[in-house]
Amino acid sequence: MKRCLIIDDSSVIRKVARRILEGFGFAIVEASDGRQALDACRKDMPEAILLDWNMPVMDGYEFLRALRSMPGGDKPKVVFCTTENDLAHIARAMHAGADEYIMKPFDKEIVQAKFQEVGLL
Amino acid sequence: MTPFDFDFLCKLLKERSGLVLTHEKEYLVENRLMPVVRRVGCATIAELIQRLKAPAADALKVEVTEAMMINESFFFRDKNPFDQFRDTILPELIEKRSKRRRIRLWSAAASSGQEPYSLAMMVASFSRLADWQIDIVATDISNEVLEKARAGIYSQFEVQRGLPIQMLMQHFEQVGEQWRISDKVRKMVQFRQHNLLTDLSVLGMFDVVFCRNVLIYFDQATKVDALERIRRQLAPDGYLILGAAETVVGLSDVFAPVPDKRGLYRPKPKPLAVAAVKPGAAGARVA
Repeated sequence: MKRCLIIDDSSVIRKVARRILEGFGFAIVEASDGRQALDACRKDMPEAILLDWNMPVMDGYEFLRALRSMPGGDKPKVVFCTTENDLAHIARAMHAGADEYIMKPFDKEIVQAKFQEVGLL
Repeated sequence: MTPFDFDFLCKLLKERSGLVLTHEKEYLVENRLMPVVRRVGCATIAELIQRLKAPAADALKVEVTEAMMINESFFFRDKNPFDQFRDTILPELIEKRSKRRRIRLWSAAASSGQEPYSLAMMVASFSRLADWQIDIVATDISNEVLEKARAGIYSQFEVQRGLPIQMLMQHFEQVGEQWRISDKVRKMVQFRQHNLLTDLSVLGMFDVVFCRNVLIYFDQATKVDALERIRRQLAPDGYLILGAAETVVGLSDVFAPVPDKRGLYRPKPKPLAVAAVKPGAAGARVA
C-alpha cells in the first residue's frame, strides 16, 4: 500500500484530504507543519506528499527544499495544495522540486487528476 | 410536464441535434430549461413548450436546443486519446505528410474549447511542426459554448482538471481569479458553429477527427449516418477518435478499430466498384 503524508496546519483540510486519498487506497500519515513532516520523512519516507504552503514553524516551501536535499528525499512525489494561487508561487514551488500543484479549493476529481499526472494513481 | 409536452421536446431535439432524450432524463429537462424559462419570461416549462409550438419560434428552438446539449469538458479529458495522438498519430503524420507539410485536425464537439486547445498545446510541443501548417477546426452546435471557447478564459477549477501544471504555466496567463489561454494557442484553433447532422463537406478534409462522447447521445440510425458522413471528410490513412464508451463495432462497417489502440479507428478501404474496371483496361488485372 502506498503511503501519503498530508502536511497542513488545518485539521479540516487534513480530514478532507485523508478521506479522498484513503478512497484511492493510500495509507495516510499526517503532519501539521514542515518540521513534524521532516521528522516523519526521516522515520519512514512516503511515496506521496500533499503539501500546504503557509504553516507555522516551517512552511511548505522550506520543507520542500529541506526534503529534496536529504537522503532519499528525491523519491516522493510532492503535490503542493495551497491557497497561494498566483503564477509566481507556482513557479517558485516547481523550481524547488514540486511535481504538481493544486490550488485550493479542490475536490476529489482534481486530486485524482493531479495524482494521476505524476503517476501515483 | 405532460407526456405530450415531453414527446414534443424529444422530437424537437432529435430533429435539431440528434440528441435522444429518454424518460429517465426528465430531471435533466428541468435543470437545463428552467434558466431559459426565466430568461424568456415564462412561468413554467409547459408555457415554454407552448411558445415553442408557435409558428415563429425558431430563435427559441435554437436556445432550447443549446440549453439541452451536454457541454461537460475538460483539458486532456481521459488522457489516453491524447497520449495516442502524441505517441502514435502525430509521429506517423509527420512522416506521411512530410512533403505537404500540412495537417488538418477536427474537434467535432468542441464544447467550451478544452479539447481543441489541448490538441493545440500538444502540437505546439512538437518542434518539428514549427514551420508546418496545422489547421485545428473546432465545431459545436452551440453558439453559447463557442463564445466561451473563443474567449479562452477558464476558472481555476477548469484548469485544474486534467491540465498538467507545467502546461498551465507555459500556455496560460492569470486574469484575476481566472486563467486565459495564450494568444499563440488561441490562434491555432478556428472555432465554427456547425451541426454534425448537416453537410460536413464545407469543413473540408481532415487527417484526424476527434468525435468523443457525442455518438452516445444519438440513436442507432443517427450514429450510422454521422459515422458515414465523417468518413467522407477523413483522409484514407487518417484516424477517427471516439470516446471511451463508444465504438463502431456492430454499428458501421466504414471504420475499423486499430488493434491495441483503444478508441482509435481507421477508415476501411472502399471496395472497388467492379463495373468500373473493364477487362483489359490499363491497370486492370486479367487472370
